[in-house]
Amino acid sequence: MILISAFMLGGGLFSLLAAVGVIRFPDVYTRMHAATKAPAFGILLLQTAAALYFASLYAIAISLMVVVFIFLTAPVASHSISRVAHLLNIPKWSGMVMDEMDDDLDIADPQKDAKT
Amino acid sequence: MNNYALIPEWVSISTLAMLALAILLALFRLMKGPTLPDRIVALDLIAALCMCFAIAYAISSSEVRYLDIAAIVALVAFIGTVAYATYLKKKYL
Repeated sequence: MILISAFMLGGGLFSLLAAVGVIRFPDVYTRMHAATKAPAFGILLLQTAAALYFASLYAIAISLMVVVFIFLTAPVASHSISRVAHLLNIPKWSGMVMDEMDDDLDIADPQKDAKT
Repeated sequence: MNNYALIPEWVSISTLAMLALAILLALFRLMKGPTLPDRIVALDLIAALCMCFAIAYAISSSEVRYLDIAAIVALVAFIGTVAYATYLKKKYL
C-alpha cells in the first residue's frame, strides 16, 4: 500500500516537473529534453503502481505493453520534431556550447545544394 | 468484490491535482509558444499527461478498464506527433 502510494506520488511529481521544465527552459531543444524523458518515467511509475494495485494478468499485461511502447516511441517522435526544428533554423539558446548537426547539414538536408 | 488494497484518499487526490496543474502549465506553453515546434512539443506533453491522468484515475476509482485509455492515447499521440513533423517538413522545406 505504501509502495503504491509512493509510486503514484512519484509519477505525478515527475509529470509536474516535466511541465515546469517546458515552461522554464529557454528554447525548443531544451524544452523537448524536458517534455520527452520526464513523462516517460512518470508513466513508468504510474503503470507500475497500477500493475501492483490491480495485480491481475490483464492490468500487468497492458501496463507492460504501454511502458514498452512509450519507451520505444518517445525518442523517435522527439527526434523527428527536433530534426525538423533544426532544419527550419529555429533560434537556439544563446548559451549553447556546440551544435554537431551544423557540420552535417548537407547530409541531413540533401536539397540544400539544389536550392542555393 | 472490491478487495483491492486501500490507498489513502489524499494520495490519489494530490496526484490528480499535480497532473491537472501540469496540464495547465503545458496549455500555457501551447498558447504562448513562440514557434510552431514549441506548440508540437507542448501537444506531445499534453498527450503524455492525459495518459498519466487516465492511469491515476483508474487507480483512484478502482476501475481496470480505464487503463485502456492510456494504451489508445499512446498509439494515437505517436502517430500524431510524427504526422505534425512530416507536415512541417513537407510545407517549409
